[in-house]
Amino acid sequence: MTLTAIAFYAFAIILLASAVRVITAKNPVHSVLFLILAFFNAAGLFVLIGAEFVAMILVIVYVGAVAVLFLFVVMMLDINFQELRQGFMRYMPVGLVVGAILAVELVFLAATQLAGGPVGGQANNAPIPPVDQVTNTEAIGHILYTDYVYAFQVSGLILLVAMIGAIVLTLRSRPGVRRQQIGQQLDRKRAEVVQVRKVPTRGGV
Amino acid sequence: MEFGSIGLAHYLTLSAILFTIGVFGIFLNRKNVIVILMSVEMILLAVNINLVSFSVYLNDLVGQIFTMFILTVAAAEAAIGLAILVVYFRNRGTIAVEDINMMKG
Repeated sequence: MTLTAIAFYAFAIILLASAVRVITAKNPVHSVLFLILAFFNAAGLFVLIGAEFVAMILVIVYVGAVAVLFLFVVMMLDINFQELRQGFMRYMPVGLVVGAILAVELVFLAATQLAGGPVGGQANNAPIPPVDQVTNTEAIGHILYTDYVYAFQVSGLILLVAMIGAIVLTLRSRPGVRRQQIGQQLDRKRAEVVQVRKVPTRGGV
Repeated sequence: MEFGSIGLAHYLTLSAILFTIGVFGIFLNRKNVIVILMSVEMILLAVNINLVSFSVYLNDLVGQIFTMFILTVAAAEAAIGLAILVVYFRNRGTIAVEDINMMKG
């Protein structure tokens, strides 16, 4: 067993164990933390297979943005999570049946159809260049900004729409909040608001 | 390309099991939308593992490009989903899935 195999099995076992904890943990904060662990281990697997850029994107986007967003929302909402766990055991049997069938089918496919070594390497649109000449990031950049530039732009638009949508959904105008009113500020004239008074000595205003 | 004794089938099996855990999580946490969203994220991660491993073993970089697009969509989906969740909690004071039936006829 080579070092790669040992690393693969370590990453894979931790990934699956933390994935199980995500769906079974009582406290949703623990779920989010195990989700972060799962994403880290998936990133390790990606590094192992030679996809460094995707691994780093996974850490930055998923762990840095999405998981922290989940953490914020879980901590912000005041929810009785014990109440939400009712029926946990009731859905267990049907979930187990469906999950077992799905897992057996998928693993059967993967194990039987693809066990005979690497699949044929034809239909190469973008062959991966040798790692010692071009790094993974550079190779992705060469393709992403040329052949897939429209898809790249559309994904940027998707992010823009998501950002605007999230802001529109959560923005609310609360009553009783005093805001700056620039129009009124600019409308003020010196003659209306400034008075020059002659103050007599010892008299006060 | 040599990866010791680890082949494409290993990665596909791993991703299949992860996908199943995600589906199982949706069944198990029928009431908790947050955990359901996390299960969806794990399903998307399984899809990403599939794409990247096929990309490496077919020697085709396009799989990794599409992984990035899936990441983008997953991030957008999480942001919108959590925003809807926050608004819903603000209006109703709960996030139980069974209470979300106001638009039922």
